[in-house]
Amino acid sequence: MRFTVEGLHRLYLFGEAKPSEIVRAALDRIENDNDRFNAYLTINREGAIKRAVAMDAAIRNEIGQRPLAGIPVAIKDNLCTEGIRTTCGSRILEDYFPPYTATAVRRLEEAGAIIVGKTNLDEFAMGSSTENSAFGPVHNPHAEEYVPGGSSGGSAVAVAAGHVPLALGSDTGGSIRQPAAFCGVVGLKPTYGRVSRYGLVAFASSLDQIGPLATNVKDVARILQVIAGHDRHDSTSANVAVANYPEALTGNIEGLRVGVPPECFAEGLDPEVREKVEAAIRQMEKRGAQIIELSLPHTKYAIAVYYIIATAEASSNLARFDGARYGFRAEETRTLSEMYRRTRELGFGAEVKRRIMLGTFVLSSGYYDAYYEKAQRVRRMLVNDFTEVFKKCDVIATPTAPTPPFKIGEKADDPLAMYLGDIYTVTMNLAGVPAISLPCGNSSEGLPIGLQLIGNHFDEARLLNAAYAFEQEERLRNKRKKTEQTEKT
Amino acid sequence: MPITQSEVEKIADLANLELTAEEKNSLSIQLAAIVEYFDQLNELDTSAVEPWKQLSAGEMITSYTTREDRVEAGLGQEKALDQAPDSDEGQFLVPRVIGG
Repeated sequence: MRFTVEGLHRLYLFGEAKPSEIVRAALDRIENDNDRFNAYLTINREGAIKRAVAMDAAIRNEIGQRPLAGIPVAIKDNLCTEGIRTTCGSRILEDYFPPYTATAVRRLEEAGAIIVGKTNLDEFAMGSSTENSAFGPVHNPHAEEYVPGGSSGGSAVAVAAGHVPLALGSDTGGSIRQPAAFCGVVGLKPTYGRVSRYGLVAFASSLDQIGPLATNVKDVARILQVIAGHDRHDSTSANVAVANYPEALTGNIEGLRVGVPPECFAEGLDPEVREKVEAAIRQMEKRGAQIIELSLPHTKYAIAVYYIIATAEASSNLARFDGARYGFRAEETRTLSEMYRRTRELGFGAEVKRRIMLGTFVLSSGYYDAYYEKAQRVRRMLVNDFTEVFKKCDVIATPTAPTPPFKIGEKADDPLAMYLGDIYTVTMNLAGVPAISLPCGNSSEGLPIGLQLIGNHFDEARLLNAAYAFEQEERLRNKRKKTEQTEKT
Repeated sequence: MPITQSEVEKIADLANLELTAEEKNSLSIQLAAIVEYFDQLNELDTSAVEPWKQLSAGEMITSYTTREDRVEAGLGQEKALDQAPDSDEGQFLVPRVIGG
């Protein structure tokens, strides 16, 4: 069951349902499914029902004033929520209750949204499959032995499984877009600085962004409208005006220049993914877009650059988890130093430790120039690639991931193989540009495939409209297919 | 480029991780493989390129914002200590810092 903000608001306006009924139903579905999918680490039953009941009487009024009134939402568990446990998928924060709420979450609540739960993720957002959670992997609702993608796997499942129409995730190297692709939903990483990072537990501070997941582009636009904008608590949040994103969705892409980089359609791309994504691009062309081949020449170096910079920043950001002020503390340690070392050894999982070690290595004296500084130079080359390309096109189209979803455990023994799956998504974090993943069909095994569209800095309005146009075209195409099938029978 | 056990130990030291012997072993192999992958960046001549540095809100716009120098309420001692594994008299308690 997939539902939308518009659909729910219509039910409320016509008196066919009340927020407390919708929220109770959502919570029941969530609890029923949690043994199967393991998408939630904390379910906010009491708090959600209380809030929903308080909205019941005046819901029609509320809808007029608050764009997300009465809408149940799921929040990735690396976003701080005051009074609701926040674990980051880690034993080191297993019983942590933040004393404050992330700005993006607060803005959602002020817009009337109701938090039903905190979703499972790769530990500290480090992973591309949600297999690195200390609390068990998440399962893809399309096929349960398959991964939902990561690190926002729980949030993608919350939407894909019909628990909630909206979820928040975070994206550092693809962690919203790739699970959106693997679960057949829409996921957006905004421009760096578009959404405040205050309250997002930091992984890589120059790459992290909070973003929405939903069943359709219009709802993604609605969420972005609510959470975007300058925040004085985040000095990296941009003082740039927020456009009216829902109103920008005209569906008209006549003359839109769509750049297609050959480097993203080269070897390593699964043939079924290629087929679906190329078909999607042709559909955009049918709708009036102009398709132009444009090179992003340094694509192949992106993974190396990303895993040097992201791990370096992570090694710094995760230094705060030491058992002193919050979270897990190892017992029976005799000195402060021992407390730090044993707490971190016992509290962090294998992938987190691996990345901290990598990051520490590339920043250490003797290696800093050869790795970290070198990576920052190549990063500038990647940014320049985008600057050049956006002189000649408006949006860029690529696959979101090089393969359809893989099986749980399939990449477990090869960390590098797992990292290589990020090839089409990391560059956008490095360059700070916005990017969205949209469903564009299924593999022959019925597993979802995603089309990625990339925009220029702060050009979300145009990007979302391009996504919306494709989505509309895809809907028409599916309708035609269904009619043809019924006509045949 | 192989990464020796002693290098792994040095990094673990810097990272404040008390790794097991098994972890040190597997990490030295995994890190070596990953760092070797990183070495492909040497294919690129970056002598004429400045390293990317972050200004405010990315380099695309300079939107330094400052606020009035006005004192605002902080978290408060009670909230700040609320999640502490061990605290007393308004302080975080930890094992001995010096010696031992």
